[in-house]
Amino acid sequence: MNATGAVKLLKQAGIDARFIEDRVLEVFIGPQHPGSGHMRIILYVDGDIIVKADPDIGYVHRTMEKLAESREYIKGIPLLERLAILDAHNVSLGYVMAIEKLLDIEAPPRAQYLRTLLSEINRIASHLYGMGIFGVMIGMSTWYMWAFGDREVFVELADRLTGQRLTHTYSIPGGVRRDLPQGFKDSALKAIRYMERRLKEYETMFLNNPVVQSRLMDVGVIPKSMAVELGITGPNLRASGVRYDVRKAHPYAAYDELDFELAYSEEGDCYARALVRVEEIRQSLSIIRQVLERMPGGPIVHERFQRVLPPIAKKVFEKEGRVLLPPAIVTLRPPSGKRVLTRVEAGRGEVLYYVVSDGTVKPYRVRVVTPSAHNVKVYKYVLPGHRIADLPAIYGSIDYFPPDADR
Amino acid sequence: MSRAAKPEEVMRLIEEELGELADKVVLHVDYIRVEVRPERLKDVAKKLAKMGFDHVKSVTAIDHIREKRFEVLYHLSSYSRSELFGVVLELAYYLPRDNPVTTSLYEFWKSVDFLERETYEMFGIVFEGHPDLRPLLLDETLAREHPLRKDFVVREEGIFK
Repeated sequence: MNATGAVKLLKQAGIDARFIEDRVLEVFIGPQHPGSGHMRIILYVDGDIIVKADPDIGYVHRTMEKLAESREYIKGIPLLERLAILDAHNVSLGYVMAIEKLLDIEAPPRAQYLRTLLSEINRIASHLYGMGIFGVMIGMSTWYMWAFGDREVFVELADRLTGQRLTHTYSIPGGVRRDLPQGFKDSALKAIRYMERRLKEYETMFLNNPVVQSRLMDVGVIPKSMAVELGITGPNLRASGVRYDVRKAHPYAAYDELDFELAYSEEGDCYARALVRVEEIRQSLSIIRQVLERMPGGPIVHERFQRVLPPIAKKVFEKEGRVLLPPAIVTLRPPSGKRVLTRVEAGRGEVLYYVVSDGTVKPYRVRVVTPSAHNVKVYKYVLPGHRIADLPAIYGSIDYFPPDADR
Repeated sequence: MSRAAKPEEVMRLIEEELGELADKVVLHVDYIRVEVRPERLKDVAKKLAKMGFDHVKSVTAIDHIREKRFEVLYHLSSYSRSELFGVVLELAYYLPRDNPVTTSLYEFWKSVDFLERETYEMFGIVFEGHPDLRPLLLDETLAREHPLRKDFVVREEGIFK
């Protein structure tokens, strides 16, 4: 009897058995936090060459879609922010835009600019987080310390703008919760100047560092054709030479009124992915500067929203520029049988929302696809053929975030 | 980069390309919906892939429990044809709720790999021809219950029980 026959017999007897080729070893990476969260990659290695990789995800699955379907519309916003709390505004903005489309309202121009502002602050913080993790994974703990220290600047900016460091719940259907606080522009401009200086230091210390280059260049190459075939997204896609960004392809918020370049590279290796992220931070800084210069005046929420505010909330709104949500917002009831699809470019890539209404206070179906849910495919298709020693570089360069992928 | 195509133009192109194969082509604000019959799925997928729709953004289903059927949705777009960047195509078909067996589109789009696995565990829809159809996010016990179906009710515990 050969091995396949033996496996079949054992299976018939109710014993879980599988055949592993001679010379091939199974190596379990994770699920105890191999990188930035709980996930597991099951590797099959011949010597130290990976012959097969099976990403085993779902350790932080929180049934986001089911929960969103069993809660009122407005409660979905703080829930869906938790897909990726360090990029909270970007991942939840699509959902807010979906509710707006269902209700057939649009946020006023000033609110659109404020949303763009927070989105870009989030993007920088998210990239710095990703790069920090990347650094520590390839043994550059200084990179980790620097990136996390600098990220604090942008977390603090978000805090001043929204009152929360991470889960801001800043956008609400019809606008945003708070107006620009006094003195924000000065702090933001200071932060931009600081970060621009720091990016030069990052280049000297890390990107032009021969040790980093030898670990990252020509490692984990994703050719353009493969990137398209796997449908990966965000900076990883652009690092493989596809000039695609939702902010350009299907503009939302205030992006069609702002000038920025797409960061991209043709190389597709781990080094290119690091370069693209650094360039994107530079572009985001420029976007923030433009937003602060061109910010239009006017209301921060839709007039329909202002009308339903109770007297106390109206007073707070006029005096402090803050929106207190009226209790009636829980019974938000979009018309029946409508379907909307929204797309937003978050730090890690495209977030897609598909929301179906049925005329009740809860959505009938909420579908959300996050960037890491696409990018995780890279491990299955790109790892085979590499050495185990390259795994941390490839894993880190993708900026994979398990809570984001598992939903 | 070439000019972005207007959704109306893309819709006309799709209608021309698919002809009788599509039951309905409808233009929505955010996407173009193409409704097909399950048995024509492969022919339609082949033509769409040829048109330049090269990746799948989402595979999911909607449980229409009152009508006793599932609606399976594929959201497609293009990374290789820049004029299609702004377009999302929704490929939709219906399956009976008591026998949700259908064809995998893995041979046309590799990007459906994990997405079809997710739809399989969440709704119990079987994609025949998928190379590795097993639960993705859920453990086996929960995956058997297909939590995103509407008859799966979330049991909530009271705070003080």
